[in-house]
Amino acid sequence: MPIVEYKNGMFSDIKPEEGLKKALSLSRGEVISIITDSGLKGRGGAGFPCGTKWNLAASASDEEKYIICNADEGEPGTFKDRVLLKEYPNLLFEGLTIGGYAIGAKKGILYLRGEYTYLLKGLLQVLEERRKNNLLGEKILGKDGFNFEIEIRMGSGAYICGEETALIESLEGQRGEPRNRPPFPVNTGFMGHPTSVNNCETLVLSARILAKGADYFKSFGTPKSTGTKLLSVSGDCKKPGVYELPFGVTIKELLKIVDGEDAKAVQIGGASGFCIPKKDFSRKIAYEDVSTGGSVIVFGEKRDMLDVAINFAEFFVEESCGQCTPCRFGTVEILKGLKNLKKGDLSLSMLKELLSLGKTMQLASKCGLGQSAPNAFISIVENFPDEVLGREEV
Amino acid sequence: MFSYEKEKLSEDIVSIVNKYGKNRTSLLPILQSVQEKHHFISETAIQEIADLLGIHPVEVYGVATFYSFLNPDQKAVFKIRLCQTISCEMQGKEKIKNVLENELGIKFGETTKDNRFSLEFVNCLGMCDQGPALLVNQKVYTKVTPEKVKEIIDECKSQFSSHFLSKEE
Ligand SMILES: Cc1cc2nc3c(=O)[nH]c(=O)nc-3n(C[C@H](O)[C@H](O)[C@H](O)COP(=O)(O)O)c2cc1C
Ligand code: SF4
Ligand code: FES
Repeated sequence: MPIVEYKNGMFSDIKPEEGLKKALSLSRGEVISIITDSGLKGRGGAGFPCGTKWNLAASASDEEKYIICNADEGEPGTFKDRVLLKEYPNLLFEGLTIGGYAIGAKKGILYLRGEYTYLLKGLLQVLEERRKNNLLGEKILGKDGFNFEIEIRMGSGAYICGEETALIESLEGQRGEPRNRPPFPVNTGFMGHPTSVNNCETLVLSARILAKGADYFKSFGTPKSTGTKLLSVSGDCKKPGVYELPFGVTIKELLKIVDGEDAKAVQIGGASGFCIPKKDFSRKIAYEDVSTGGSVIVFGEKRDMLDVAINFAEFFVEESCGQCTPCRFGTVEILKGLKNLKKGDLSLSMLKELLSLGKTMQLASKCGLGQSAPNAFISIVENFPDEVLGREEV
Repeated sequence: MFSYEKEKLSEDIVSIVNKYGKNRTSLLPILQSVQEKHHFISETAIQEIADLLGIHPVEVYGVATFYSFLNPDQKAVFKIRLCQTISCEMQGKEKIKNVLENELGIKFGETTKDNRFSLEFVNCLGMCDQGPALLVNQKVYTKVTPEKVKEIIDECKSQFSSHFLSKEE
């Protein structure tokens, strides 16, 4: 499978504002149909169809609506949104403006993680230029009745605020604790108004789809996972970085591209994702097979997979918001168990109990954090039993 | 706190609150601004913000303590935050941790006596392809080596002295 390469670099297949101009020449409904037809699914991890989300927000009856660009990128091993924010901010704001037009929002909010504060100045400059060029403000590009503004709001170092309802809580001046869903943000979002929360990459792709058409987009990827995916690759490989690849690429093909063919395992989807051992490298990166928000971490022969599992477990203990018991309690127990495993001090029956606690967390936690916190632990123990079990007592 | 300092803080808070608006949705930007200007969010600041927004100080405190970048009790001028997540760990974060501790004479989780530096671990900074990565306040440093640590700290120290001198004038 080839790398998706454009003659003049990433996203050079589209001209500036081509997508926005096209969108404004269509009705809102037509824009949404094109996005729906393209099969574009959310790139932030959950994979909800973008067209459906926009349609729900567009048809909710309220004068006041919001579209939010989720730039809280905090999943370990993910950095593709950073590249979009730094190198393609105009494309990102173009996508956000298209989304605003589609759902009928007058305001867009970019929620930028606190760790990326150093990008803020550049982004504000780009917004100012867009205002000058009538790409923001009143009657955008001469379109009667389309007024749209973008505000940037900063996060302050909380991974959980990437979860869309926690993000909204944070915008409202609260602790970033996830809400019960339903109601969903498309009905009851920011300040109680219909709100579409979209990942940076999803918005950028919406601009491409408008510019080049749904068929062009669908010519990449698989029928169920259309288009390309930005993958953030790090770990034991010679060429780490962000790659744009068509969905359906196998892990083996990916490892060849990034020069990491000596890998014994790859973590796909970050701390929330799954550990894929060598024997499964023929699996595909796609919503229907191994799904990911973009994080790919490569582990070479010498890595201790138990250390990897412990590092992820520590992450979840720190980032759990503590609101519900399965997650608050479970993350701590898993970490304790893993540390005991490392000391050669965990009985098999205890391990079994921990695995079943993990299953309970997947079912009973309130939000995606607790539901996915046990994934890495379970997949590492299941795939590397010889390596993690029966450690020498220390 | 000296009374002129307290007055200065009040003045700052009033102007920050006016800038962002007296409503709950502005709470985070307000706290972020106060933190940036004063390096931490004091009890006095929490009380003043609460009064201006018409909410209970406990509400403000609850929000301030939820976010790891907002600090009600950590006063360092230069907050050094080293990424402890897996990709940086695999790229040698432990060595950088040791060098930082030796250079500053404090452990992670501590602040120097003069309140100039603090050391903290943080999770993934989104620089995993260029680890080990760390933040000094808002500035990011990548591919940090032991030699680079020394440069980073010297850079802070020189900033501090110029900052200090300009205040004295
Ligand atoms: C713990 C947690 C963290 C999340 N972090 C992010 C994030 O950093 N960026 C993001 O776009 N989505 C994140 N999500 C997913 C969002 O809740 C939401 O599904 C997404 O922003 C929707 O955009 P999309 O449909 O374009 O993917 C996170 C979800 C959970 C449960
Ligand atoms: S699952 Fe974890 S992060 Fe999510 S609401 Fe419960 S405690 Fe908070
Ligand atoms: S793991 Fe350190 S920046 Fe991502």
